[in-house]
Order: sequence, then structure tokens, then C-alpha cells
Amino acid sequence: MMRYSFFIGCQIPSRVPQYETAARAVLKKFGVELADIRQFNCCGYPMRNVDKKAFLLSSVKNLALSENQGLDMLVLCNCCFGALKNAEHIMAEKGPLQDEVLGKIREMGLDYQGKTRIRHYLSVLYHDTGIAAIKKQLHKTYKELNIAVQYGCHALRPSTVTQFDDPVAPSLFDELVAATGAKSVDWTNKLECCGAPLIGTNDALSADLFSRKREAAIKAEADFFCTSCPYCQIQFDTVQQMLVEDNAGQKPLPSILFPQLLGLSMNIDSQTLGLGANKLDISKIESYLSKDKE
Amino acid sequence: MVFTVSLYASLIIFFLGLIYRGGTWFQREAGFYGQKMSASERFFSALKSMLAVIFSTKIVTLLQAFVLDVLLQRKILKESVLRWAMHMLIFWGFILLLFMHALGRIVTDALFSNYEPTLNPYFFLRDLFGLMVLAGVVVAVIRRFFLKIPRLMTSSMDKYAIGILAVIILSGFLLSGLKITSKTEFSNMAEEYAGWLSDEELQALESYWVSDYGLVSSDVTRPFEADVLDQGKQAHESYCAYCHAPAKSAFASYSTGKVLSPAAGAMDRAGFVGILWYIHFLSCFIGLAYLPFSKMLHIFSTPVTIMANAVMDEKKSKPENVATRQIIELDACTHCCTCSLYCSAMMGYEARQNTYILPSEKIAPLKALAAGRDLNEAETRAILEGIYLCTNCDRCTVVCPSGINLRQLWLNAREKLLQQGPAEPLVLSQLSFVRGLNRKKTPADSYPLPLEKADNAVSAKYRPLLDPERSIDLTPPAADRQQASGFENTFSYCFGCQNCSTVCPVVGNYEDPQEQLGLLPHQIMCSLGLGLTETAMGAKMIWDCLTCYQCQEHCPQNVNVTDILYELKYMAVAGVDEGRQNHDQAGGLR
Repeated sequence: MMRYSFFIGCQIPSRVPQYETAARAVLKKFGVELADIRQFNCCGYPMRNVDKKAFLLSSVKNLALSENQGLDMLVLCNCCFGALKNAEHIMAEKGPLQDEVLGKIREMGLDYQGKTRIRHYLSVLYHDTGIAAIKKQLHKTYKELNIAVQYGCHALRPSTVTQFDDPVAPSLFDELVAATGAKSVDWTNKLECCGAPLIGTNDALSADLFSRKREAAIKAEADFFCTSCPYCQIQFDTVQQMLVEDNAGQKPLPSILFPQLLGLSMNIDSQTLGLGANKLDISKIESYLSKDKE
Repeated sequence: MVFTVSLYASLIIFFLGLIYRGGTWFQREAGFYGQKMSASERFFSALKSMLAVIFSTKIVTLLQAFVLDVLLQRKILKESVLRWAMHMLIFWGFILLLFMHALGRIVTDALFSNYEPTLNPYFFLRDLFGLMVLAGVVVAVIRRFFLKIPRLMTSSMDKYAIGILAVIILSGFLLSGLKITSKTEFSNMAEEYAGWLSDEELQALESYWVSDYGLVSSDVTRPFEADVLDQGKQAHESYCAYCHAPAKSAFASYSTGKVLSPAAGAMDRAGFVGILWYIHFLSCFIGLAYLPFSKMLHIFSTPVTIMANAVMDEKKSKPENVATRQIIELDACTHCCTCSLYCSAMMGYEARQNTYILPSEKIAPLKALAAGRDLNEAETRAILEGIYLCTNCDRCTVVCPSGINLRQLWLNAREKLLQQGPAEPLVLSQLSFVRGLNRKKTPADSYPLPLEKADNAVSAKYRPLLDPERSIDLTPPAADRQQASGFENTFSYCFGCQNCSTVCPVVGNYEDPQEQLGLLPHQIMCSLGLGLTETAMGAKMIWDCLTCYQCQEHCPQNVNVTDILYELKYMAVAGVDEGRQNHDQAGGLR
């Protein structure tokens, strides 16, 4: 039995709760046990632009909490994952800021030695559960469904820090999607940023970057985006809906969260997977499901 | 006389205070959104909506919230059983004391025909209810002053609330305990209810009361003979028992009397019964008169908040009703600090030591702002930073035992401060994510203002350095060079291949990237190599960086391009940040 502390961060509980319920349901089927640590706080990512100390303290406090329970951490959000990984990387070096952070952590009655392994949700499914075991759990598979996977920057890069997959030619997410019978299409802007980091600071630029991605995915004949990060998902779902409202006649390309995609083919009900919680309608995804497995 | 005058005075202050505070609910505004309406328009709009709820199926939700969340305080129970027990003991103990003891002649008399405060069960219950409150107060004291709970702040208002309850209850117990022992009280009662007894009979009665009722008297001496006690008991049963239950039923007062008994005679003669009586009723009246101005107002505002939020739909509610509710919510905060215990941004507080980052500590300054008070510059900057350093995770709203919609309160108050207040560099971070998602709610001409202010404060002074016509001193001052080598110095590996700028999606987005961004990533690396740190800090590129790490990943020379941009941002912000960290030194609001 695998047991992890479950890190969902701030965006998921407040804005993408279906990501949590879907991920829990899927992980349960694979025997992954999740421990909720109520004292977890923000990963530090949103503060990282302007306050290095607040960023590091936030990240390290979470790592220390998990470490003190002897648990590795399972992370759903790419940006949380990246922040935690970068903090771990920074803390591995010596310096006055590191000492200050460690001092504060110890004042709180915690300790940090960097023992907790930070795991991305997709990595756990791919490396620990494995494609073969996933396929065994499938009740249905998708037929003729084209998916544009969105890896997300903060999982992929900097690769020396995140160690998620090959940064130039990753395949982990594609293989997971392919396991469900769906086709992971090749599209030009696949490894680029969704634009979410600039929401609220440069909305026009953020929207431009997204629009380019949307065009590329449509050109590659994708039926859906598929995401593994709440920020990407909010950009592809909530923000896309806003942009569509502004540009009458534009056809949206809806986005599905990976555990929703996988969960449906595992026969988990759409209520648990929170399909209705997505802003853009994704109900037609079920029409691609077929009883006969490959 | 003193009693009557102070009673009416406190009642008048209490009711006028309630009217005043209730009036502010319709006059004040906590934030930016919502059209400006007069107090009477807001009052009638609220009235209309309340009536609409009462005459609809929503009444069920409303009643459910009243029973489960107001009377049974389910929200506190979810948080902690001990805290729930504490609050239930104080709440129910006090309410029952109020109706059965303070208003006994009015309320209990009307409900029960045999009511006499000195008869059971009332005699016993008064002590029980008092002890309930006292037990709750003890837990509160332990929680506030002995358990070192991180981020649980105790304000002078919290101390007052605990203090006034403690004084009321303790003076009550001391008073009733001393009355049990008091010879003066005994003599007065004997005269009133058994004045026709002979001296011998009276002495027997007194002996019986000393023996069984906790009376302390130097006029009779132990040991008592059995027939004297018998005679006393007979007199007691004839003249006292019909109206006086055994003193031991008031177990806490009786025990207090026993503890006091060595000094009881002297205290009685010195008139302590009267003194304690004054302390007791005056503390009650002070508590009553001050209630509308203290956090005890929450006994009204919190139930209103809980019930309003149970039936109000965030998307459909009228903005004027939201404005009214938010002012009530500011009064509904009991400063229990549950929000601050779980705040996602708590490490931001640890890093910056600005207490206003903690949600529970924001309420006081927001109240002051809503009341139209001017904060000094340091205070305004601190509250703006505090309210912006929030990850919008909604945890505070989920855990608030008073049911306050803190999420919406922050959004609303934040926008007002952003628009009217000074520049806030945090606006340039991903903390702006939710503001961006809500941008359609903000008027298009107001929306960019805080971003422009922040950009001005952070970068304006470096912008002239970007002038392409400027002649560059290639031997920059030593201070500048030192600054540049103070952080990530991998830029020195840069050999100018421009890979970073080629793969950058931000650069790729523009036809004229240099005009838009000031400097491109490779130019920033080059500037740093030349020691032109401040020039690099002026480039808009550093703030438009997605932090996607394409540049860093693709650098053949292992220059940590993205990380260097982070460091430049820290340096640019540090110039603005100085002097605003220790706002507490400037004097807090609480």
C-alpha cells in the first residue's frame, strides 16, 4: 500500500474542487492511500515573484510537516509541485536565507532535512502504478478521441530540478492518455506555457498565449485539452469561457482534467468526477467511450 | 436608588448603542463594489429581502441555520470539541442565568407559578448555570493565556470580554456564598419571617442554621445539644422551609461560604455583602451598557450573519444587501482567530511580520476604514499588503465559526484599498491571479490602475536607463558591480547565443518585442555581465516573465536565466519595500 501526504494547494479547493474529488476516486482504485495534513499552507508559488523568504518558508514548512510524519508528498498542482521542488533545490545549498528559514521552521517545533520525496500525481500513476495496472482497471476505452495534452511548465522545467520527464520530448502524460484508448495528438505549442502566470498582471499577453495554444490544438484536430494542473485548467476552462463570451461566434475547445478522463474509463460516475463542475461543457466526452477494450 | 438609576442608565445606553450600531450597518461600506445607496434605501431593501425569505421555502434553511448553527453552534463543534464546550457553557449558562436569575421575577415567574429564587430547583440551578459560565471562562483563559497557540492573537477587547464575564460570575458566587454565612442576613430574615418567636426559639433556629445552613455566628456556640437543634428544626420547618431550600442545594455558593467562613464574621460586619452586591450588579450593568460597543455585540451580529449567509446567494444577492451584510460581518467577528490558525498565507506573515496578513487581524482596520477613519500612511500600506498577501484559497471562509463570508469581504475591501491606496508591489505577483479572474467585475478604467501604480513604484526610476541613446559607462560604480555579483552569477557564462530570447514565448508574442519588453532575456544577461544591474531592473521583461523556464532549460551555457529574473524582481521590489515591514512599530489599531 502506497501512502502519501496529499497536497492540494489553494486553487483546487476554491476553484477546481472536481480535480480533488476525481483524483481521490482514481487513486483509491489503485490502492494509493492519502493522508490529509490540515496544517499544510500555500506552497509559496504566488509569492515567489516578490518575496523569496515567504516563498521558501511556505514551501519548506509543508515539506517539514510531511517529513515529520514520515510521508512522501503527492501533489496535484504543477505550480505547487514546481515551487516545492525549487524550494527543495534551494535548501540543498547553504546560505544565510536557508539558515533563517530553517531557524523559523525549528521555532515551530518542526525539522527539515529534505527527506520527503515530492511526487507529481502523474508520476505516481506512471511510475508506481504503471500503465499495465492502469489498463487492468479500465472498463471502457475511448474510441476516436483526440486529446491535446498540456504538460505544464512547472512540472517539466527546470528539468534538473523537477526531474519529471524529458523536458524536450516528454512522453509520460501522452502514454497515460493513450492508455485510455484516446489519441494524444502532436501539436505545435504542446510544451509551452498556458499563460496563467500572467492572469491579473498582464491579461492581454496571457490571453494571446492561450489563443495561440488553442489555435494549435484545433489545427491538430484535438477534441479536448487535457490538463494536470489547476492553473492550466482554469486558463483553459474558466478564462476560455470569458474569452469566448467576448468573441461571439468563437467555438471553445473544452478542457478535461486527466483524472476525469481516466476516471470515466474506469467506470467512476461522472458526479464523483465532477464533470458538471467544469465551466465549459465536457459531457460529450462520454460519447467517445466504448465497451470493448482494445 | 443606585441600583435603579444605574439599571435605567445602562438600559438606555444599551438600547441607544444598539440603535447606533444597527444604524451603521446600513450607512457604512466595506469595499469597492456595489452602487452607493442611502441608508434608508439599504434598510428597506434588506427588509424586503428578509420578508421575501420568510415567505418562501427558504424559511426552512433559515430555521435550520438558527437551530444548528446559532443555538447548537455546529460550526464551532466542527472546529474543536473543547472550544464548542467552552462556548456552549458560556452561552447557555449566561442565557439561562439571564432569564432565570436576572429576569427571574419577569420571565420565570410568568412561566412557573412556584418560582422563588431560594427554592429548588431554582436555587440549585442558579449555581449550576453560574458554574457553567465559569467553567467556560476558565477554558477561555487557558486557551488565550496559557496554551501557546501560534497566531492566536489576544486583543484588549478579548481580555475585556473574558474579564467582565469573570467579574460578574465570581462576584455572584462570592455574594451568595457570603450571604449564606451572614449573621446580618439571617437576623433580617428572622425578623421579617419569624419576628414573633421567643429569644430562645430564635437562638435554637440560629443554632440549626449554623449547624445545617452554613451560617457563621458568634452568638451561638458548638456543640449544639440535640433538643436545641430539634427545636430549631421545628421553627425552621414552620417559618423558613416553605420558602428556603437547603443551603447545600446551592452547592457552589455553599462551598464558597465554607471557604470564606473563617473570615465571614469580620466580612459581614464590614459590610462586604453590600459591597459585593454593588460589584455584582454594577458589573452586570457595565457589561450591558458597553455591550453594543464591545465584541459581545456578536450575540446579535453573529446570528444575523450566519442566517443571512445561509440564505443569500452570492451571484443573485443585491449589491446593497451584500454591502449591508459585510458591515454586519465586521461586527460578527469574535476574534476567535480560527481563520488565522489555518490561513494558507500564514508563512507570508512569518516572513514579513505584518500582522494584517492574518485574516483575523484585518477585521479591526477594515472596521476603522468602513467607519471613515483615516489611517496613517504606514497603517494603510500595512493593511493593503496584508489584504493582498492572500492566496484566495477560501479556507478562512470555510472554517469561520461566525459564518462570515470572508472571501467576498476580502475581494471587496481589497479593491477599494487598491484603487485608493498607495502602490502595492505584491500586485505584480501571481497573487493577482484571482483579481484577474474577476476583472470583468471591475470597471475597465479602474482595473489597470493598481498595476500601473505598482509598476511606477517598482520600475519607474530605472526606466530612463533603458534609453537606447544613452551612453553607457562601461566602468560602472563599484556598488553596482557588487550588487550584481551578490546573487545568481551564472549570467557570466553567457556567450550571447540568444537561445533564451528565441525560445521565450513572451518575446515570440510580439512583433516589436524590444519596444514592449525593454530588454530581451539575452540582453538582460548581457547587461548584468556589464554590471548594469539597474538597467536590467527597469526592463518590463522581468515582470512579463511567465516563469516557464524555457530560457533556462535551453541555455547551452547553464545560465539560470529564469532564476536571475526572479532575483532582479526581488531587488526591484526591495527598493519600495523598505520601511514598510515593521508597521507595528508605528502603533497598531487594536
